[in-house]
Amino acid sequence: MSREVIVIGSGPAGLTAALYTARANLNPLVIEGLEAGGQLMLTTMVENWPGHKDGVMGPDLMTDMRAQAERFGAEIIRGNVTAVDLQSRPFKVTMSDGVQHESRTLILATGATARLLGLPSERRLIGHGVSTCATCDGYFFRGKPIAVIGGGDTAMEEALYLTRFAAHVTVIHRRATLRASKVMQDKAFAEKKISFEWNAEVEEMTDVAKGEVNGIRIRNVVTGDVKTLAVDGIFVAIGHTPNTSLVAGQLETDANGYLVTHMGSRTSIPGVFACGDVQDHVYRQAITAAGSGCMAAIDAEKYLEGVPQHLNE
Amino acid sequence: MASDKVTVLTDGTFEQTINAGKPVLIDFWAEWCGPCRRLAPTVDELANDYNGKVVVAKMNVDENPSTPMRFSIRGIPTLLLFKGGQLVEQVVGLADKDALKKMLDKHVA
Repeated sequence: MSREVIVIGSGPAGLTAALYTARANLNPLVIEGLEAGGQLMLTTMVENWPGHKDGVMGPDLMTDMRAQAERFGAEIIRGNVTAVDLQSRPFKVTMSDGVQHESRTLILATGATARLLGLPSERRLIGHGVSTCATCDGYFFRGKPIAVIGGGDTAMEEALYLTRFAAHVTVIHRRATLRASKVMQDKAFAEKKISFEWNAEVEEMTDVAKGEVNGIRIRNVVTGDVKTLAVDGIFVAIGHTPNTSLVAGQLETDANGYLVTHMGSRTSIPGVFACGDVQDHVYRQAITAAGSGCMAAIDAEKYLEGVPQHLNE
Repeated sequence: MASDKVTVLTDGTFEQTINAGKPVLIDFWAEWCGPCRRLAPTVDELANDYNGKVVVAKMNVDENPSTPMRFSIRGIPTLLLFKGGQLVEQVVGLADKDALKKMLDKHVA
């Protein structure tokens, strides 16, 4: 049986698309994906979600969004999509357990995943001192020195959050100035537990042989000086990579690998729509993701109204 | 809903459990860990699917600091699989149910 709408992804974009298509009686199927709930599941207090004047916990917001979409009939299933066929009509979506779903429209809301530096030592030490999630793993570093790599808002948020646990937080940034917003910079500069290593590139994380982090070797790109900081934890916050592997080669992407959308949420294939961070490397906010999810739902609804059923079957 | 087939492990019961014969899969988790909540239903399903073949267990890292320390666990969720008392597999972070099944099947003959 072919569906009208399948939404892939369950962050603010996917669940808003589900809410709107459910309310339009399109009985959307939402496939959550491995990182169900999206990046907000890794946050604590979200203070810029309009309407929650005192802030809202990210995971609570996602639980509510999910319940709201379900209340209007969205069917949300656990599981991971391993392949999508955008050449066939209806589109085919294959899950990791082999189950296949078909749909006349697809809304891609697969989001973006934290990027790593790519050092072999980093990969070996993930879960043993290297982390991309301060709210998940900060607890393990009570009273310990920690390094945060990056200079954007996420890096500052992680550094500030980690001051709750850490003895000291060193922010390692490869430039001389931060990319983070003024408000986050001011907070970070005011925090006594945070210091900065500017123009610094990471050469190595140690100690792979011991199987746990005990230091990070950095090189100053201006002076060439190399030094090792003794840290127990390393939090990598250097940006995100869009999750587009499912549609690689099937849809138009930009130079950074993000899906390109035209006239709202339309991708390069009619009937396939994209929303949220998988198509946005500029704004990347919960509210813009949700807004684009709404756009994708309305675009999908218009598309379904415009295609006579008999031509599509 | 936690499955009643998931064994709740503590630092005190860890040693005897991993040495009791069957392979033991342990999910290290905590209340405050969002990704742990996402992994929990998958662990529950594995407990049902491998009932009688693999002991599927959870250990709360807040209440049980020594076992996570012993295995240098600094991030959760982490899954460890023990066979004959020895650590044979570890998975850090979220994992797909099918990938976990493949991993377990290698050790359950």
